[in-house]
Amino acid sequence: MLGFKEIKNGLLVSLWFVFLTFPLMVVKVDPVERIVRWRWENSLYVAIGTFAVFLLVKIIIQRRSRNAAVDKEAEQKKESFIHRVLASPRQKFTLIALLLAVAIVFPLFSSSYQTNVMTTALMYVVLGLGLNIVVGMAGLLDLGYVAFYAVGAYSYALLNHHFDLGFWAVLPIGGGLAAIFGILLGFPVLRLRGDYLAIVTLGFGEIIRLVLENWSEFSKGPSGISNISRPGLFGIEFGLDGAIIYIYYLMIVFMIVTIFIVNRLQDSRLGRAWIALREDEIACQAMGIDKRKTKLVAFSLGAFWAGIIGVVFAAKTTFINPASFTFLESAIILAIVVLGGMGSIVGVIFGALILILLPEYLRALSEYRMLAFGAILVAMMVFRPQGLISNIRRTYHSDKKFPSPTQQ
Amino acid sequence: MAACFRFFFRDPGMDYFIELFCSGLTRGAIYALIALGYTMVYGIIGLINFAHGEIYMIGAFTAFIVATVLSIYGFPLLAIVILAGFAAVIWSSAYGYTVEKIAYRPLRHAPRLSPLISAIGMSIFLQNYVLLAQTSNFLPFPELIPEFAFMEPIAHIVGSTDIVILITTAVIMLILTIVIKGTKVGKAMRATSQDRTMAMLVGINVNRIISATFIIGSALAAVGGLLIASHIGQINFYIGFLAGIKAFTAAVLGGIGSIPGAVLGGLVLGLTESFATGYVSSDYEDVFAFSLLVLILIFKPSGLLGKAETKKV
Repeated sequence: MLGFKEIKNGLLVSLWFVFLTFPLMVVKVDPVERIVRWRWENSLYVAIGTFAVFLLVKIIIQRRSRNAAVDKEAEQKKESFIHRVLASPRQKFTLIALLLAVAIVFPLFSSSYQTNVMTTALMYVVLGLGLNIVVGMAGLLDLGYVAFYAVGAYSYALLNHHFDLGFWAVLPIGGGLAAIFGILLGFPVLRLRGDYLAIVTLGFGEIIRLVLENWSEFSKGPSGISNISRPGLFGIEFGLDGAIIYIYYLMIVFMIVTIFIVNRLQDSRLGRAWIALREDEIACQAMGIDKRKTKLVAFSLGAFWAGIIGVVFAAKTTFINPASFTFLESAIILAIVVLGGMGSIVGVIFGALILILLPEYLRALSEYRMLAFGAILVAMMVFRPQGLISNIRRTYHSDKKFPSPTQQ
Repeated sequence: MAACFRFFFRDPGMDYFIELFCSGLTRGAIYALIALGYTMVYGIIGLINFAHGEIYMIGAFTAFIVATVLSIYGFPLLAIVILAGFAAVIWSSAYGYTVEKIAYRPLRHAPRLSPLISAIGMSIFLQNYVLLAQTSNFLPFPELIPEFAFMEPIAHIVGSTDIVILITTAVIMLILTIVIKGTKVGKAMRATSQDRTMAMLVGINVNRIISATFIIGSALAAVGGLLIASHIGQINFYIGFLAGIKAFTAAVLGGIGSIPGAVLGGLVLGLTESFATGYVSSDYEDVFAFSLLVLILIFKPSGLLGKAETKKV
């Protein structure tokens, strides 16, 4: 299976990585105490780790190419378990009902900490679905997504602080403001090509954060805004535990609404226009689709969801400051979309649950969270660009043989 | 000489202006060094190498580690400077080469968005790798450039480090120009950036040329990292992000893909930042750079010296 050559290459690669990581992993200096620590054991770990990863990758590649050679046809027909379940309506509804039941009873059987974690995961599901519209469907790489999230959060915090407006009143305002920001930014930049767009949105995200940090009269600067009121229900105020459970159920409802809307959008005229734009802009324009308008709608819809979740975030934590809206947050949401599968709704839900819950429950590994996110982005692009649960295009199969024009 | 300087620098308002001008030039020179890496890679494979800022950060960290270790073991200053510089260049180039091989080469024929996402992943990975392997604290960078005695009369306006940075940058630009215009590798690079398939047909090993581009770009970033770290005096794992974005701004400002453009863009950006922080407000230092970036991309996406791209079907 693995020949001598692979082993030799593996050793060479691990030797290269030992060299590569030598100054940063082995040497650690304390410039104040003037002490040098040599951590040689790290070199050993790097060597073993690289060797193992190298062999693993080789095995995967070998197996994949063998499979591809043997039966390409069968491989295509064999759909993943999830897709098979989703394909038959009965199984699909059973699964959804089961999940819903679990979701509803979940807070009754778990601590408020657990519920809180779950709420966060649900928020990321909705954020991921929002970004999925922009990145997955319309193919616009938005690296400043967190800016819209910040707009939503700050609009609730400020309106609540100054005018004492409630959660439900601000919810549409926050979403709307974020959408307006999306249009304002999108109008000039959407004619740029993909990679420029990515950088401009990144720059925009940073501008928003820096302004929030420095414009103290407006946003209270880095110290943030505290004592934001929690959401109420027709005038009923909840205690701390009650509010946590309430927000949890709220997020469940939001998620279901979002899934419903995004699902409908995907099959609509607009959704198909997005996918067409992603595939080929010029052909798409030739088909009579207004490029700018279509992109702008995708951009502002994505921003709208970010704004809504921003409002929920401010209400949930009751305290916000600019540190919650860094570029890393955008990167996490992007990682969710990429891991799950760009354009795939089920994929994004799984991606969010994996990426948010896993580090939460593996506390010991939470240090390595961002490291893993970076590695996931690279590995997914290299090995499985379609994501864990890829989006399957709807195709039309006909059993009847149509007579070709020449036979008529 | 000193009297002459004193004559020119009598007016305090003028002094301030010249001080800002010089610090702007220094900043601009560093931005230009990093921007060259962006622009060369973009010129050849049309990819925004998002991890370039991290390569620069790794260069600064390697220089920091080597310089500190050597100074603890009592080496003379000159040896420290040379060895730290070499180590920074070698390791940065090695990282640049490896990053290209792992994250970009398998995606050579993938859709445009894929290598960009992969690059973002690489950038996050490298940042956190340095954070975990070293520390998240700011580390004091040893002073590698001494205060020169002959600079004494104008030291309050132009520091010795500024002069060293400007001269080093100028020399490096000169060498780079010679390499690109004169040598076989440079010729192959220009050919590859014009038309990759055609370059392959005439017998250029395109993969090797792309690797060479990454290595040269990373080496330049490492020099930039070394210079700025000894200028500012402290480093941490996050410096690459901001420097990367600003250098990218410089590259776009000059016209991405154009080497003189990167230098011009770097200088313009450095001066703009310096004057804006000096005369307007220092709180919004980074906002100016980002706003400049957004404005250029909106009004003149091809940059100052770049060619407008026409898309053919």
